[in-house]
Amino acid sequence: MLELLNGLHAQALDELGKVSDLRELESWRVRHLGKKSDLTRILRSLSALPAEERPVVGNRANEVKRDLEAGLRDREAILRQDFLVSASQSQRLDATLPGRPFAYGGIHPVTQTIEDICDVFGQMGFQTVEGPDVETEYYNFEALNIPQHHPARDMFATLWIEPDTAGEQILLRTHTSPMQIRLMEEQSPPIRVIVPGRVYRYEATDATHESMFHHVEGLAVDKNITLADLKGTLIEFCRCLFGEERKVRFRCDYFPFVEPGAEIAIECLACTVDGCRLCGGSGWIEILGAGMVHPDVLARVGINPEVYSGFAFGMGVERLPMLRYGIDDIRLFYSNDLRFLRQF
Amino acid sequence: MRVSLKWLRDYVDIALSARELGDRLTAAGLELNDIEHIGEAWDNVVIGEVVTLNPHPDADRLTLATVDLGAERFTVVCGAPNIGVGQRVPFARIGAKLIDGRTGEATALKKARIRGVVSEGMVCSEKELGLSDDHDSILVLSPDAPVGAPLGDYLGDVVLDLDITPNRPDCLSVTGVAREIGALTDRQLSLPSADYAESGDSVHSLVSVDITAPDLCPRYCAGLITGIRVGPSPGWMQQRLASSGMRPINNVVDVTNYVMLEYGQPLHAFDYDRLVGRRIVVRRAGQGESITTIDGVERRLDPDMLVIADQERAIAVAGIMGSGASEVTGETRSVLLESANFDRVAIRRGCDRLRLRSEASLRFDKGLNSGLPPMPLKRAMQLLLEAAGGKAACGVIDIYPGRSRPEAVSVSAGDVARLAGLKIGVGQIRKILISLGFECREGGSGSRVSVVVPYWRSDIRCTADLVEEIVRIAGYDKIPAARLSAELPRQQSKASPMLRRRALRKQLRTTLTGLGFQEILTYPLVSLERLQKVSPNSELKTHPLKVANPMSREQEYLRTTLRSGVLTTLAHNQRVETAGIKLFEIGKVFCPQKPDCGADEDEVAQSYKGLPREDEMLCAVLSGLRTEPSWHDRGEMIDFFDAKGLLETVLARCGIEASFAVSNDETMFPGRGADVLVGDERIAVVGELHPGVAQAFDLSGGVCLIELYMEKLLRLNAGIRQYQPFTRFPGLTRDIALVLDEEVSYQSVESVIRAYPMVTRVTLFDLYRGEQLPPGKKSFAIRIIYQSPNRTLTDEETDRIQENMLGRLQQEVGAVLRN
Repeated sequence: MLELLNGLHAQALDELGKVSDLRELESWRVRHLGKKSDLTRILRSLSALPAEERPVVGNRANEVKRDLEAGLRDREAILRQDFLVSASQSQRLDATLPGRPFAYGGIHPVTQTIEDICDVFGQMGFQTVEGPDVETEYYNFEALNIPQHHPARDMFATLWIEPDTAGEQILLRTHTSPMQIRLMEEQSPPIRVIVPGRVYRYEATDATHESMFHHVEGLAVDKNITLADLKGTLIEFCRCLFGEERKVRFRCDYFPFVEPGAEIAIECLACTVDGCRLCGGSGWIEILGAGMVHPDVLARVGINPEVYSGFAFGMGVERLPMLRYGIDDIRLFYSNDLRFLRQF
Repeated sequence: MRVSLKWLRDYVDIALSARELGDRLTAAGLELNDIEHIGEAWDNVVIGEVVTLNPHPDADRLTLATVDLGAERFTVVCGAPNIGVGQRVPFARIGAKLIDGRTGEATALKKARIRGVVSEGMVCSEKELGLSDDHDSILVLSPDAPVGAPLGDYLGDVVLDLDITPNRPDCLSVTGVAREIGALTDRQLSLPSADYAESGDSVHSLVSVDITAPDLCPRYCAGLITGIRVGPSPGWMQQRLASSGMRPINNVVDVTNYVMLEYGQPLHAFDYDRLVGRRIVVRRAGQGESITTIDGVERRLDPDMLVIADQERAIAVAGIMGSGASEVTGETRSVLLESANFDRVAIRRGCDRLRLRSEASLRFDKGLNSGLPPMPLKRAMQLLLEAAGGKAACGVIDIYPGRSRPEAVSVSAGDVARLAGLKIGVGQIRKILISLGFECREGGSGSRVSVVVPYWRSDIRCTADLVEEIVRIAGYDKIPAARLSAELPRQQSKASPMLRRRALRKQLRTTLTGLGFQEILTYPLVSLERLQKVSPNSELKTHPLKVANPMSREQEYLRTTLRSGVLTTLAHNQRVETAGIKLFEIGKVFCPQKPDCGADEDEVAQSYKGLPREDEMLCAVLSGLRTEPSWHDRGEMIDFFDAKGLLETVLARCGIEASFAVSNDETMFPGRGADVLVGDERIAVVGELHPGVAQAFDLSGGVCLIELYMEKLLRLNAGIRQYQPFTRFPGLTRDIALVLDEEVSYQSVESVIRAYPMVTRVTLFDLYRGEQLPPGKKSFAIRIIYQSPNRTLTDEETDRIQENMLGRLQQEVGAVLRN
C-alpha cells in the first residue's frame, strides 16, 4: 500500500511539473485530489485496513495529500504569475484609445449662480422666497417711493402688460424689490430673506445689457440694524463668492426706496483698465445696489421706522458669472449655445 | 454731467489729481464715468494769427495762408472756407499729432506738397484737434488768444464726466460739484459776485407777469435788459460751454446756458420787443393749442402742459423749449430773462407726450427747489450786461405763489449711530452740514442739530436724508463692517410650499443633468407666431398676455408654453452640434386668467390677487443619436422609448407612479405620444415631435419632447419620501413568453402580473412579431421575480402563483403561454 502511495505521489508530482496552464492544473487536481482520485479512495478505505497498518498508511496518505496540495498551490501561483506576464504582453490594449462616451448634462450657469448666492445668504440666516414676474405698478414702483413721473423711473425702463380689463396697471417687474413690500405686509420683524427671480427692462441689448436678466433682492428688518450690518453682510458675501483677495468698494449711491443708499463694486480683474468691456476702464464693477430701507417704505407697510430699521440690497445675477469666469458678453447666457453652456 | 476742472477751480481750491478727485466724488455719490484730457496730445500746436491769404495757383478751393506765430511765420495750404485774415487759429507744426479728418486716426503731421505747393504745417479744424466732429471749417479762436502760446495752455482742460443720480439736480452744475469737493476736501467754496448796476425804469412798469396755473409754476422770476447787442460771447465763455459739451450760439443764449451750467437753474431769454402786450402769462395750454418750437417742429399741446405765453399766444413750452416767435435773434435789442420753478411732473409729462427733452427739462424734471431762481437770475443779468452791453431795468420780477415753510429737519449723533452704525460727534456733524451749505440751528434738546435746508437742495426731507449727508462726507469707508447679530427669524419648515418647490426643482435638475440633459434658460417673451408653431393645427387655447410696449415683435407676448423656446434652442444647437442633444428648461408660463381660488391651488401655486397665474413647468427635448458615435458604437437614433425611459426615471426619482395613455397632444406625432396620468390627472406628456412642428422649427432628425407640470407634481407631494422595507429573502426568477393579440397593450399585461403581491420585479425582455406567430399576434417575453417579505419561497409555491396568474392573464387579456 505504501508503495502504491509512493507511486501515486511520484506520478502526480511528475505530472504537476508538466502542467502548463490553469485548466490543465484543474484537471490535475481532479485526477489526483478529486473525490474520485486514487488518493481519496485510499484515504476513504483506511478503515478497511488491518489495525496495525492503518496509522502508517494513514500518515503517509495524509502526508502525500498535504504535499500534493502544497504543490498545487505553488504551481497555481506560478501559473497565475505566468499568465499575467504573458497576458500583459498578448492582451495588452492601447489605453490611449478613447473611452466609451457618456452623455453629461449641466446646470445653466445663471441657475448655478443663484444657488450659490442663496447658499451664501442661507448660511447667514436669509431664507429664499420668490414672487411673481408680472407685478402691479403699486408694488413695483409706488410702494417703493417711485410714484408716477418720479425721475427715478428713468432708472427702470419698463415693459407694460396690455390690460385686459380696467384693473390695476400691470407690468413685468423691473426688479425683485416688490417682494420686499409683499413680505413686510405679511410678516412682522425680524425678517431676513432673499428673493431671486427674473426681471425685465425695456432696454436695447448689447454686451453688458439684456432686456431680461436675473436679480437677487435681500431684506433684513429688525431692531438695531444699521448700515454697518449691511456693509459687513455684503462684504462677507463678496468674500465668499470672489475670494479674500478681491477688493470691494462700498460707496454712496441713490435708490428711491433706501436712505442712506449704497453701492458695492468689486475690483475688475479681467481688465487692463483701458477699454475694458466689463468695467469701462474704471477698474470697478458694480454688483449691488443697497441701503437702509427708507422710513416712508417702512411706514407704508405698517412697520414703525422709529422702532425698526432694515437694510435692502439688490444685485444683477449675470454679472457674477461674468466676473468669475471672464465672460465678456451677457447675451451668451440666453443664446443657450451648447458650446457655451457645456463650459459650466 | 461734464465738469471742467479749470472751471471748478474758480470756486474751490483743488489739490488732488483728477483721478483722486474722481474717486472721492464717486465714493460720496457722484460717480466718475470718465476723465477727458483736452489737449493732451497738442504738443506741437500753437496759437497763430492769419496775416495774409493768397489764392492757390492751381486750385480754386484752396488758399495759401501765412500764419504768424510771433517769432516765425509759416505758409500753409488751407481748404477751409471760413479762414480769414486777422483770425487767431490753432496752428500745427510739422510733427504734431492730429486726428486725420477722413480716417479718424491719430497721425503725425508731415510736410506735404498739395497741388504743387509745399504746406509748412496746418491750420486745424475741431476734428483734427479731437474737440468735435466738425471738419468743414477751421477752429477760430477768440481775438484775445495769445499768439505764439501753446494751444494746450490756452484751450487745454481736464473734464470730469460724472453720473449724477436723479436726487441731486443741484450737482448738474459746476457750483454744485464744487461745493461737494469743498465739503469732501475741507476747502472753502468761493462763489462769484452777482452784482450788477441797474438803471432807468422799474421792470414792473415794463412787463407784467401773471401765473394762472400756480400748481404747476410755484415761482417765476424775470429781469429785463434793454439796448443789448447780440453777437458772439466772450472766448472764455465759449470755451467753457464747449468743454461742458454745449455749442456756443450767441452771447444771450450762451449766458443762459452758462448760468444753467454754473448753478443748475435753467434760464430762458425772450426777445422783449416781440412780446405782445409786454406781458407774460404762465398758464396751462389750451385744448388743441399748438406751438412751433425752435427746432422747427410744430407740436400739439394739451391742458396738462404748462406754457409761457404773451398776451396772444404761447411762446414757450415751460421748462422744455422756446418757440421761434420769441426767440432771440441778431436783431434783438431787449431781452427778458426768465428764471422760474416748474412742477417736475408737468415737465415730465410734457416731455413724454412731446417726445422732447432738453438740458432745461432734464433739470426741471428732477424737481428743483423753488428757492433757487433769484440768485442765478442775478448772475445771468450781470454776465449778459458784461457780454452784450445794455441797461438793466430796476429790480426783478419775483412771483412766488408756491412759497412754503421749509420743513424742519433735524439729526442727532444717535440717529447716525442707529442708522449708519457710525459713531460721530455732534461737532463733526455740524461741521459737515455747514460745509454742504446747511444752516445749523441750536436744537431744543442739546445734542440734536436742526437745520435749514439750503435753497439749492430738493432732496432733504427727513432725518435719514441728513444721516446720508453726514456719512457720505465722513466717508462710507469709515463705517465699520459688522455682522448681523440679532436673533434669527423663524425659519421655513421643510413642508413649506417654497421649500418644497425648490426641493422639487433641485431633484429634477439633478436627475436630468445626471441623465445627460443640459439646462437652458430662454426668454419668457416670445412672438405669437412662435407660440403658435407648437400647435400648428389649431388656434392657441389661451390668449397670451401681450406687452403694450414691446422691444420687438420677437418679444411681444408672455409665453404660455416652454415648448417653443426649447425647440427654438434645439434648432439653434442642431446647427452646431452633430451628435445627440438633450436639453431642458424649468420655468414659468403665464396664463391670463385670474387664479382659481381652489384651496389646494393656493397651497402650492404662488398666486397673487389681481395678477395672472404663473405656473412652473419643465420641458425637455432630445434629438439625434442616443450616444455619441465612437469606435465602440456607431450610434443609433433616439426614439420614443428613450424619451419615455428618461421620463420614467425622472418620475421614479420623484416617487411618482404613473400610467401612460395615448395622447392627442397636437405637438406630438399622432399615435406616437403618451399622456402620463396619475389617477385622472395628466401630469406630463411625452412623445415624438409632430413632423409639421419639426418643420416649423426647422428641426432635423427625430425629436422627442417631454413636458412635466410641476404644479401638479407639487400637489401630488412629489419628492416627499417614505421608507419602504425591502425583503432579505431570496427571490425566484421565472421567465414566461405570452402570445397576445396585437391590440393588447403591454401595460394591461403588466398590471395583471403586478397585482400579485409576491411579484417584486417585472421586466419585458423581448417583444416578438413574425413568422413563428399567427398574423395579428405578438409575443412578450417577461421575466418575473417572486419574493416574499418574510420567508423563502419554494418552487412549488411559486409555480402555484404563476399558474393562477397565467389563468388570469388568459381571462383578462387573452394571453396564451407560448411553447
